[in-house]
Parts: sequence; C-alpha cells; structure tokens
Amino acid sequence: MQYQEEQDYTKRFDASLWRKLFKYAKPYHLQLLLVCVCMFLSARIDVEIPLLTAEAIDTFIANQTLEGFTGFAIRYTLVILAQVALIFIFCFTSGRIESGMTHHIRKIGFRRLQELSFSFYDKTPVGYLIARMSSDTQRLGDTIGWGLIDLAWGVGYIIMAAIHMFALSPRLALVVLSVMPVIAVVTMILQKKILKNYREVRKTNSRITGSFNEGIMGAKTTKTLVREEENAREFVQLTDTMKKRSIHAALLSALLFPVVMSLGSITVAIALWKGGESVLGMSAAFGAISLGTLTAFVNYASNIFDPIVAIVRTLADMQNSQAAAERVFTLIETEPEIKDTPEVEKAFGNNFNPDRSNWPELKGDIQFENVSFQYSGGEKVLKDFNLHVEAGQTIALVGETGSGKSTIVNLICRFYEPTEGRILIDGVDYRERSQLWLQSHLGYVLQQPHLFSGTIRENIRYGRLDATDEEVERAARLVDAEDFILKFEKGYDTDVGEGGNRLSTGQKQLISFARALIARPAIFVLDEATSSVDTETEQKIQKAIVTTLKGRTSFIIAHRLSTIRSADRILVIQHGEVTESGTHKELIQKRGYYYNLYANQFKEEREQAVLGIR
Amino acid sequence: MASRKLQRLNDFMKGNRLRYIGAIATVGVTSVVGFVSPSMLGGVADAIHDWLMHENNPLNFPGFMNRFFEARGGLSYVIHNLWLVGLVIIALYLLNGVFQYLRARWTATASESIAKNMRDRLYAHLQTLPYDYHVKAKTGDLIQRCTSDVETIRRFLQTQIVEVFRAVLMLAVALVLMLGMNVKMTLVSMVLVPPLFVFAMLFFKWVRKSFTLADEAEGKMSAILQENLTGVRVVRAFGRQQFEIDKFDEANDDLWKKNRRLCDLLAIYWPGSDFLSMAQTGVTLVYGVFLAATASTSGLSVGDMTKFVSYIGMLLWPIRQMGRILSDMGKSMVSFDRLDEILSAKPEEDAPDATDAPVDGDIEFDHVGFEYEKMNPVLIDVDFKVKAGETVAILGATGSGKSTLMHLLQRLYDVDEGRGAIRIGGTDIRRIRKSHLRSRIGLILQEPFLYSRTVKDNIGIAVREPSDEQIFEAARTASAHEFITGFENGYDTIVGERGVTLSGGQKQRVAIARTLIRENDILIFDDSLSAVDTETDKAIREALRESRAEGGKGATTFIISHRLTTLSEADRIIVLQNGRVAQTGTHEELIHQDGLYRRIYLIQSALEEELNDAEESA
Repeated sequence: MQYQEEQDYTKRFDASLWRKLFKYAKPYHLQLLLVCVCMFLSARIDVEIPLLTAEAIDTFIANQTLEGFTGFAIRYTLVILAQVALIFIFCFTSGRIESGMTHHIRKIGFRRLQELSFSFYDKTPVGYLIARMSSDTQRLGDTIGWGLIDLAWGVGYIIMAAIHMFALSPRLALVVLSVMPVIAVVTMILQKKILKNYREVRKTNSRITGSFNEGIMGAKTTKTLVREEENAREFVQLTDTMKKRSIHAALLSALLFPVVMSLGSITVAIALWKGGESVLGMSAAFGAISLGTLTAFVNYASNIFDPIVAIVRTLADMQNSQAAAERVFTLIETEPEIKDTPEVEKAFGNNFNPDRSNWPELKGDIQFENVSFQYSGGEKVLKDFNLHVEAGQTIALVGETGSGKSTIVNLICRFYEPTEGRILIDGVDYRERSQLWLQSHLGYVLQQPHLFSGTIRENIRYGRLDATDEEVERAARLVDAEDFILKFEKGYDTDVGEGGNRLSTGQKQLISFARALIARPAIFVLDEATSSVDTETEQKIQKAIVTTLKGRTSFIIAHRLSTIRSADRILVIQHGEVTESGTHKELIQKRGYYYNLYANQFKEEREQAVLGIR
Repeated sequence: MASRKLQRLNDFMKGNRLRYIGAIATVGVTSVVGFVSPSMLGGVADAIHDWLMHENNPLNFPGFMNRFFEARGGLSYVIHNLWLVGLVIIALYLLNGVFQYLRARWTATASESIAKNMRDRLYAHLQTLPYDYHVKAKTGDLIQRCTSDVETIRRFLQTQIVEVFRAVLMLAVALVLMLGMNVKMTLVSMVLVPPLFVFAMLFFKWVRKSFTLADEAEGKMSAILQENLTGVRVVRAFGRQQFEIDKFDEANDDLWKKNRRLCDLLAIYWPGSDFLSMAQTGVTLVYGVFLAATASTSGLSVGDMTKFVSYIGMLLWPIRQMGRILSDMGKSMVSFDRLDEILSAKPEEDAPDATDAPVDGDIEFDHVGFEYEKMNPVLIDVDFKVKAGETVAILGATGSGKSTLMHLLQRLYDVDEGRGAIRIGGTDIRRIRKSHLRSRIGLILQEPFLYSRTVKDNIGIAVREPSDEQIFEAARTASAHEFITGFENGYDTIVGERGVTLSGGQKQRVAIARTLIRENDILIFDDSLSAVDTETDKAIREALRESRAEGGKGATTFIISHRLTTLSEADRIIVLQNGRVAQTGTHEELIHQDGLYRRIYLIQSALEEELNDAEESA
C-alpha cells in the first residue's frame, strides 16, 4: 500500500483542469455569472464612494453652501443600500454555489467509488479516499464559490479605479499605478514562500500528532521499558522544530502587509505632494485638479493595495486548489477494472438499475477452467487452476496465509476476474452475466464481521431489503442470535454503533450470519473467523454455520476443526495449487499436510477450551 | 479551582510575559501612527483650502508638525514644501510597518513558545501517569485534546488576545482624538458603533448552533463514507451499491441543507454588519460635510471632517472582529479546561525512602491480595517463593489473575498496604524506585506496542547506543533475525502504518528481542509467545537457554503459557485458579495430580485416539 504524503504543488497552471472544473460546475454557471456581475458592480461602488466624498468637498465645503445637500445625502444613502444589496446577493449566491458544488462533486465521487473494483481498493488506503471526498471536494467548492469572486472583485476594483483616476488626471493615475506591478511581484514572491513554509509547518504538525498517538497508545509498553524520559526528550526536539518553523512562517506572513504598505506609501506621498501642488497651481505636472479630486486620489492610492494583495492571495490559493482538483478528478475518472459488457448490461441491467426479470436462476454449479490469476504488479497466485464444484457441495479450503485460498474465493465472488482462463457458473462464463446477478445470489460472511451503523434489524435486513420483520427475526433465531438480541433493552431496534462497535465480535458474527442467511443465497462464502469467542458463542456460531450451509454451494476458508470435518470435500491449497483433496478421513490417512495441521489445531483448540481463553 | 487554573496558565506564560507587554505596546504605537497618517491628508487639504481661500486658520497637522511648520513660516512654508509631508507619510508607514512586524514577531514567538510548553508538558505528563490511567484512557479523546485543543489555545494567544487589545486601544485613541476636535461630531460618528459590536457578538453566539449542526451533519456523512469504504466487501457481496448510494445521498443532502442554512445566515451577517459600517461612515460623512459647509458656525474644518471619516473607517473592522472574538473566547476556555484535566491527573510517585536495591535476589510473594475494583478480588492470598535464577511457568484460565500477578512484580500496579507484600532479596518492592525496578525486570506484554521507526531502532530502544552486533544477537535469540533480513530493507524497515505491518507473531518476536538486549535480573513472558507457532516458541526458549549457559548467572524467568511443551520444561509450574495458587510442582508431579495441568496434558492422548479412530474407520 503506498503511503500518501501531502504533495508539494509546484505545478504550473493547468488550463484543462480548470475547464473540467467548470464543466462540473455546469448547474451553477448562471449563478456564477450573477456573482461575478455583482462583484463587478460592487467594486464599481467601492470606487464610487471616494468620488462622492470628493464631490461633497468640492461642492459644499469649498463653496460653504448647503444647496443640494439633501439630494446628495439621498444619493449617498442609495449607493450604500445598493452596495448592501449587492453584498447580500453575492454572499447568498456564493454560499449556495460553494455548498452545492461540494455536494455535487461528492455525489459523483461516491457513485464512482461504488463502481470501482477491489484492485483499486487494494492499493488505495481508506484514509486517502476520505481525504479526497471531504477536504479536497470542500476546497473545490470554496474555490468555485469564493475564489472567483475575490478575483472578480479585485480585478473589477483595479480596472474601475484606474478608469476613474485616468479620467481625473491621467498623469497622476500613471504615478499611482506604476507601483502596482512592483507590489504584485513582491506579494507573489512572499506568498509563495509563505505557502511553502506553512506546508512545512503542517508536515511537522502531523508528525507531532503521530508522536502523541504513539506516546499515548504506547504508554503501557513505554512504562515496561522505562523509556518515559527518553520519549519526552525526543518529543521536545520535535516541538523545537515545530516552534522554529511556525515562528518562521508567521514572520514571513507578518512581512507581507508592512512591505506592501510601505511600497504603497510612496505613491500616497507622491500623490499628496505633486497632486497638492497641482491643486495650488504650482505645478503643471498633473494639470489643474480640485481639492476633492486630490482627496479621491489619495484615497485610491491608499486603497488599491487591498485588491492587489487579494488577487495574489487568491491565485496562490488556487494553486493548491488545482492540486486538489487533480486528485479529485483522478478519482472520479478512474475506470473500474471489472465492468459488465454493454451487451450484458443491456440484457441484465447495470449495478444500479438491474433488470431482474431477465435474470436466469442461479443453481450454484461452479467450474474453474485453466484459471490463472495475479494481482496487478504481483506474482502469479493461481496457475492453470482447475476445480469443479457441484451445486450444493460444501468445500473447505485450508492452507497457509498467502497460499491462494482467499484468491479462489475472491474470484468466485467476481471481486476479481481471472487473468487467464474462465469461471463457469451453471455452465456459463460468468462474464456473460451481470455482476449484480452473481452478487445478489451470494451469502458472504467475513472473518472480521463488518456491520453498519443502525439497528440490529437494519443490519440483518441488509441481506434482503424487502424482508419482513418476521423474516428478520426468524433469521436471527436460526443462527441463535435472538437470545442476546432480546437481552438488550431495545431488542432488535438496538443501535449497534459505528461499525457495530457496541457489540462483541461474537455477536457481530452472529448478526452477519443472519444477514447472509436472509439473502437466501445460492452460493455461500465463509471466511471463518480465527478470533476466538467464548465457548457458548462459539457453539452458537458452529450451529449457525451448519444451518446456513444447508443445501447451498459453500466455500469455507476454515480454521475450526468442526467446520472442516463437516465439509463434503477438503482442499489443501499450497502455492496456488490443490495439493491434497478429499474427506477428513481420507486426508488423515494420507498423513500429509492436513494430518499435521489437524493435530496442531486439535491441541490448540482443546487447550483454549480448557483454559477458557477469551 | 479557578486560582489553580490561573496558576497553570501563568506557568505556561512564563518567559513570554515581556513579549506580550511588548506586543501590546506596539499595538498602541501602531494605532497612534495609524491615526496620525490620515491627518496628513487632512492637514494638506486644510492648508490648500486656506491658501486658496486666503483664510488664516491654524495649521491642522499633528502637534509636532504644526510646531515644526510654524517655526519656519507657517502656511506658506507648508504650501511650498509639500514634499516634506510626503516624506513624513512614508516615514509613518515604515514606522507602522516595523511595529506591525514586531508585534507579529513577539506574539508568534510567545504563542509558539507557550504552545510548545503545553505540548511538552502534556507529553511528559502523560508519560508519567500510572499504567492504570492508560488502561482506562480513551486514546482518541486524549490525542484530540493534545492536538486540536492546544491549537485552539495557540490561535487565541497568537492573534485573538492582541486583536482585542488593539480594538480597545484604537477605540480609546480615536475617542480622545475625535473629542479633541469636535464633541458633537464624535457622538454622531460613534452612534452606530455599539450596535455594530453587539450585532457581531450576538450573531456569532446565535449561529453557533448552526455551526454545530453542520459539523454534526458532516461527521455523519464522513461516518457513512468511512463505513462504506471499510465495508466495501460486504456492500459488493450483497450487491448493495444502490442502497449505499441512497444512504450516502441522504446524508450528503442533509449536510448540503445544513451548510446552506449556515451560508444563508452568514449572508445576513455580512451585509448586515456592512450596512451598519457603511451607514456609520455615511452618517459621519454627511454630518461632517454639513458641519464643514457651515464652518463659520460649527468650526469644523474640511481637514477635520476627512479625519473623522478616516478614523471611523479604521475603527469599524477591529470592532467587528472583537465581537466575533469575544463570542469565540468560550471555546478557548473549554479547551484549556480539557487540558487542565489531563495535567491534574496524578502521576506515578516513588516512596520517599525508595532505593535502588538490587533486584537479582530471591523473590517472595507474601500473602498477596489484589483487586481492581472493590469487592472483586483478582488475587487472593498468593504466597510462594522463587529462587534467583529459577524458571517458573504459570498456567491459569482466563481471568485467573496471572497477568495481574506479573504486573504487580513490575509495579505497574502496587499491592495495597496490609494486603501482603512482594519482596526481592528481602526488600519490599514498594521501597524500590520504580524506574530502577522496571529497568531490571524485562516484561514482555502479550500485545506489545512497536514504535513507528525502524526495526533496528525498535530493538535497541531500551538501551543506550546499542551496537549492531548486540541488536543482531538479540534478534537471533528471539528468532526474529531471519524474517527481518527477509524484508527488502532488512533492519532499516520502518514498522507500522508508514511502513511494513508486522504479524502478531513478528511483533512479539521484536518485542522479545528488545527486552533481551537489556540486562535483566528477571524476565517475564506474559503469554508473549502465543502468536508464534510451536516450533518458533521452542527455538526461542532454546536460544535463551544457550545464551544463559554462556553468560553464567541467568535471569529469574516467569513464563505464562498454555502450551504443554513450554510449561513442562520449567523448573516449577504454578497453577492459578480464580486468583489463588491451586497447584504447584514439576511436570512429573502435576501430571499425576488431578487438575488443570493434567487436563491439558491429557489432550495429547485424546488427539492420538481421535486420529486412530479416523484412520481405522476410513
């Protein structure tokens, strides 16, 4: 499994990614246009307000008159109201776009995750996928919703301010604007460094979290090794690094505004000095301007840095978003390795819309025909494997970890497909039927039983969604689970907790048996649990196995002797081949691998029974 | 209670108080400078106005500049040396920048130092907390506290605390400056400030519930996602893709709804507070223009008017922030309480008269009784002696108290006074320093924890600068050398989620190696060979015996096991039942007594019978 660290994003702008993002934002194109227009208008008003002040100074104060003052006050009020209305519209719409986009992408992503094959899950850690589906999609929503707005406003403000300044005094405008590129470049350089530094900080931070994790989870071991002080000493080194890096990063970002403002102050000073002289008529440099115009200029000169910094920041932020977009799109666009052919889909429906009326009955006769298999990039696990299992037979698979037992079972379930050869179910290559056809006829019980949040009833019903309460309870009774279920205050409506963690492992196993049983499967797959449970539960599970296997084609990866012995046929799998095959008695007589396995397991089980272990 | 917490906060702040005082001082300076800058424009505007109108009003720059200009010819000097004003502006901005930077520097250094102090203290404290604390602790919750709660406090210390000071200082300075210019105008300029502040504060209090709801909805969606991904086999095996999609969509839709509501609320807040801000600016401007246009009666100059407008513009943002911060402050307090809870837990302590007495003598369990909870005894009157160098095997059913007995020997728990005693070489172990005792007793837990670093570091972790030879030797004795060298990176393989996941048996062997590399007077295998197969178990024990034969005096050894072969080779076997010593003796003695040991012994013959049956009937 590859461990995914936070990547460094030094990548250049990738237009195709952004085009793709816009394609996904299609439902919001109108809204996006609306907010951009709003932002432009809002920037326009932001530019307008200093002009109003200038006008007031020039008309009323310069002439010491109040004539037309009411009209001015009304106009000013209207401008403010318009601005507030615009802010409301874009806040509201942007919020909608952001939450909607996040929702939309998550929806698509989850659907894709339901289609992807196990080979994908084998090489992708769950934590990685969760990060893509939560923080990365959130980031995309943010970028679309708010990043673009900031850009629109920043650009809008600069353009409008420039237009106004040029209209008032082209030369003075040039002076003010000349500093802009310098500020943009300085901000860009600083911002890049700042981001890089914060990435370092985040990395160190996750190491600190890891250390706490270890310090807490390993505390008991640490005590037995008397390593408390040593651990604390090592930790101090880590927090030292963290402190150093954090301060460094904070100092760099503290530099940004002072530097920008200091650069900007030069234009303010020039505007005031030369502009002032122009008002006085002492300098022809900027033509004749009024006192009001001068204040407007000084206003623009001191306010134009905000939009520049905003634009640069947004752009730098978007660079991170680009990386998020790349990861999300890679996920969304991954093609599942196992796919039904178009013909099969036409006949039997797809994974989401099955056409059950055309489904043939599944009897459970299974045949491996010269099957070879290897995991992507791995060694060959099965080579030219042949096996015929008649409908209704129970097969026990034994062998060491990595011998290929699980692979055989995975192939039967079509979680993987053979790389060579074919698997026939009821005499037909299973690739000529839909995945859902096979998987709807499977009963599957895992070594580590996995339940979903919800009630016990809901979990059993997961096997067949239209099962009645009566059927659910019957299934529970059949696997002897009702006793413990009814001991809960809420009985079948007891909440099992996240992943079923409010139940014991044995209880979870019984529930998962009931869940498989209620599905009325034709093929039953049991990856038998090694994790021991108390004797009483173990007997119940044993009984449940017998009940569930009756009359179905069953494959059991078996550890418990009682299960193995009751199988119709036992297959010893070694290095992807069947090395011993037969009934329990036949194999004991052979005095081979099975004989030894049996003897060891016998002792282990008896010892545990005597000692009542776990 | 409260005073203890303050004391603790004070401890954390140690060495950083000056920085905070400095930071607050710079805030003072920057807000004064910030207020002076607009008066430049005001001063120039007035000067120009007076010059053009031929009026003779006093100059309207800050005091020090007025004096400077007056001394050089007043208005006329100003008009002909406007560049000087420009220079002062640049100087002021620079000064402002320098102080802003200093402030950031000091608060960052202070808050990061405090955060470091907190992290170090927490970590060290957690290490010293007793074994029992860690047995009962919810690890997820502890980690959460040590990371995100520290972060909440750090953020509060770095920005928010100074931000509040800034708002208060600016408000004070502005009030003084404005009142000095015009009282009426000041009142009008401040009329909407209190509502703005209250609005910000109340709003964030009010929407907190919506934030919580959205957080919860997000948690729910994540949980469904997580379950779906970890349970992907079950989903596929039952063909439940569509069902899962429906379930996820429902949670996703709900989150969408909650987020939308939150956004809608914020879409009320922002324009709402913007409205109040702009209205305040507007009122100030309109009233200011009104007064300035009637300057003859009101006495408000155009310069003063622009100053008022600028001041108000500068005040509004910090005030909005302050409302938000104050409503947020509760969070930091809660975080601090949660950290305080950890730090208040009592650490392990040694008795004042504890010594580093030798641990290599005979061991005596003298009528030891023990219970974790009242009325639920785990050990009852356990009484036996072990000679130095002896190997003792312990057999017992689950819950018979065998692990507890061993934990008592390493003092992970202590025998209560009056409930018997454990003595080594005649010394009560409660009078021996814990770290000394533990460093001489090698205890290998059944489910050992490996640190996420290389195999080599893991094995050498309990000794100072081990040589490679020592490490290989220990690994060989623990039958671990072979599988370690089988890894692509050998001994440099990183263990855990960042590297290779070891099986239970491999973990046990590494844990054995890291214990064997130390010098142990006593060795305890707490069922720590359970996950290795019988042959490896045997190989390890043989290697141990060999190294013992070479080294001369061997460690006194306790082996908890249920394997007959393992048990039978011990010098003595002790059978524990329900917290009492039920039997004790050698293999030969015990197989002839009725009891647990004999029942284990009889399994072998049962197996032979069973196999014979199978062969005959076939």
